[in-house]
Amino acid sequence: MKDNNKKKLKLKVSAIKDGTVIDHIPTQNLFKVISILGLDKIENQITFGANLESGKLGSKAIIKVSDRFFEDDEINKIALIAPHAKLNIIRDYEVAEKKVVGVPKEITGIVKCFNPKCITNHEKMTTRFRVVATSPIALRCKYCEKHTVGDQIKML
Amino acid sequence: MKRDLISITDYSKDEYLEIMKLAAEFEKNPNQNLLEGKVVASLFFEPSTRTRLSFETAISRLGGRIIGIADPGSSSTSKGETLHDTIKMVSNYADLIVMRHSLEGAARYAAEVSPVPVINAGDGANQHPTQTLLDMYSILKTQGSLDNINIFMVGDLKYGRTVHSLLMAMSEFENPIFNFIAPPELQMPAEYKMFLREKGIRFFEHREFTDIISEADIIYMTRVQKERFSDPIEYEQVKNVYILRNEMLAKTKPNLKILHPLPRVNEIHTDVDKNEKAYYFTQALNGVYTREAIISHIMNLK
Ligand SMILES: [Zn+2]
Repeated sequence: MKDNNKKKLKLKVSAIKDGTVIDHIPTQNLFKVISILGLDKIENQITFGANLESGKLGSKAIIKVSDRFFEDDEINKIALIAPHAKLNIIRDYEVAEKKVVGVPKEITGIVKCFNPKCITNHEKMTTRFRVVATSPIALRCKYCEKHTVGDQIKML
Repeated sequence: MKRDLISITDYSKDEYLEIMKLAAEFEKNPNQNLLEGKVVASLFFEPSTRTRLSFETAISRLGGRIIGIADPGSSSTSKGETLHDTIKMVSNYADLIVMRHSLEGAARYAAEVSPVPVINAGDGANQHPTQTLLDMYSILKTQGSLDNINIFMVGDLKYGRTVHSLLMAMSEFENPIFNFIAPPELQMPAEYKMFLREKGIRFFEHREFTDIISEADIIYMTRVQKERFSDPIEYEQVKNVYILRNEMLAKTKPNLKILHPLPRVNEIHTDVDKNEKAYYFTQALNGVYTREAIISHIMNLK
């Protein structure tokens, strides 16, 4: 029965003519990924699965979007919350290209500055960070110049 | 493109030297009507009488007119207006904005919003670049050079933004040596020590004043504030360790000068004031010339 379900899901996920499959998203960040990529605001056909078994992540999620392709700097926005995500670009039912997520040099919006005295936490404005290290990720706030590092990173 | 001054590292070594040169000119001839017909907004969202008076003196000596906020209680922010809207409005009135704010990054944000130049007169614990430039001018004036200076920084080196900015700026010059004297709780943060190591600049750390100050060209004193300590007993233990007294200066170098961003509390004993090595009041006066120089540089008046 369980195997059957898996098979069904697999069938569903691979049944995409043209579009993008984003795999290996941590389940708890699925809806953040959807929101960061703006998938909640488009009319394309989207299916997703959550709480799927994954050796690496324990539990993963997967998103399938029809007729939507992402530029690298778009997809790199999810690097902070889905650093191991893998993309399959599908054309005519075939995997035409594979991509991995890279950590961008700059991050605009998305992340909250951890410094409570930072202007970005008091004014309606966009946060801006420069990525100054990648493991753990360290972000330098353009405004208060403080570093937000690793576990301090919170999404807006 | 308009130029702002938000962080000391926004400027290059050449620009530091250009401002030093202008400051020396203004010291010789402080009254120059370069800002005639211009309006400068002096926005002190957080009160700082000392810095405000220094800026407003500089603007007045340049012949400019001042509009502004001196008492944050009366300002639009207390009525809930955003910084964005205040800056949008004021930048329509003025040719230059000088601002101080308690929130970190406020000046950088204002500079983004404003079509006219913004000078940061302090944004919380973050930056106060005009203080750094006047410190540099004081060092240059008294030592004849910004190269080969042995600087002792004393007191609160952890939260003291003035010492951090001075360290960054002086690191642009040849062969500086830094000596840090601070209690364990208030030591120079690791990121600055790493910066010095990467640049191959020598620095030494000490827990208290010793004969080592006989090597100093500059002693830069800062306040050790009680509220910086989580344990009040620790404050009681260290509060008298970082006080400079006249007798301690007996064996120091003849060119030594003692700087302090002011106001002082008790960290420089008043018996030091009559020593010719005490320089903090002249340092404050240098602030007016340096701010005249910064304004002229930013507004392309010279
Ligand atoms: Zn910040």
